[in-house]
Amino acid sequence: MKTLSRTHNATAGLRAPVLRRALPVGAAVAVYGLSYGVLAVTAGLSPLVATLSSVAILAGGSQFAFVGVLLGGGTPMAGAAAGLLLNLRFVPFGLAVARHLPASSLGRRAVDSYLVVDESVAIGLAGPPAHATRRFRVTGWTVTVAWIVSTGVGAYGGQLIGDPERFGLDAAFPAGFLALLAPWLRTRAGRVAAILGVLLALGLTPVTPPGVPIVASVLGAVLALRWLPAPPVDTAGEATT
Amino acid sequence: MIVVAVLVLAVGTWTMKAFGPMVSAGRELPPTLQRLTDLVPAAMLAALVATQTVVSDTGLGVDARVGGVAAAAVAVALRAPFAAVVVIGAGVAASLRALGWG
Repeated sequence: MKTLSRTHNATAGLRAPVLRRALPVGAAVAVYGLSYGVLAVTAGLSPLVATLSSVAILAGGSQFAFVGVLLGGGTPMAGAAAGLLLNLRFVPFGLAVARHLPASSLGRRAVDSYLVVDESVAIGLAGPPAHATRRFRVTGWTVTVAWIVSTGVGAYGGQLIGDPERFGLDAAFPAGFLALLAPWLRTRAGRVAAILGVLLALGLTPVTPPGVPIVASVLGAVLALRWLPAPPVDTAGEATT
Repeated sequence: MIVVAVLVLAVGTWTMKAFGPMVSAGRELPPTLQRLTDLVPAAMLAALVATQTVVSDTGLGVDARVGGVAAAAVAVALRAPFAAVVVIGAGVAASLRALGWG
């Protein structure tokens, strides 16, 4: 990238590799979306409301929590509260990705906010910081389309699919998050943060409402910083795939 | 009532997502805070993996998901691509269930 034109070419040619990383993630998200669509209709949402809920909320974990509360006999507002608690993690996630985003118009930033999901932040931050914005946005849109379309398919056609657990779909979630976590596990600070995050989350699970353990796991990152004061210049940057 | 709850969840979620992009996009954070935000996904993704593997409605426990995630961990260690990791995790859990475990 010595000259302007080569820089331009490099940027244009970047779309394909980023998409190659985002598409499998989108495929996995589509599988979750399918099971969410089925579950939401089972919980009493109309297929239309189930599909629109994925457009409006775009946060899979909290949507599962929401219909989970409904299925357990809870009120819709209790379900919304459980979902919001789970989504508290998007405050630190949004902050983590925001420093790589350009200073752009309010509208653009509102859209970027919508695209903040686990997958877009994880892939956005894992790799060279120069292309973080592109990785974040391409992954975000891929996940958005996959999530909404698959919810619709599950909601309208779902009774044909049957019980998602039979296909191990509940294990697909943690397996996918583990794959997203991999770049951090290859750095020492990342490993310490991950181990502390697990200990905090599991330790708090029996004594706090769902969602709180995930948010509290942020302390794992704080403690990891404390223990490893020698700064690797850019942790996420070095964790390139 | 369900529609109102969906809207509450949607607006609340966007507000939490917007904290970073609306307030701090394009601004330089202090170096310590930068390193912290780089490490936050490690702690939180790990916490998500752990809770989604061993937490159920009845509390902490071991079921077919543990087998699936263990197989997925081996796949990650061998640097398998994302899709393979997910398929292996789901496939092993489904197989264990088909065999009558968990």
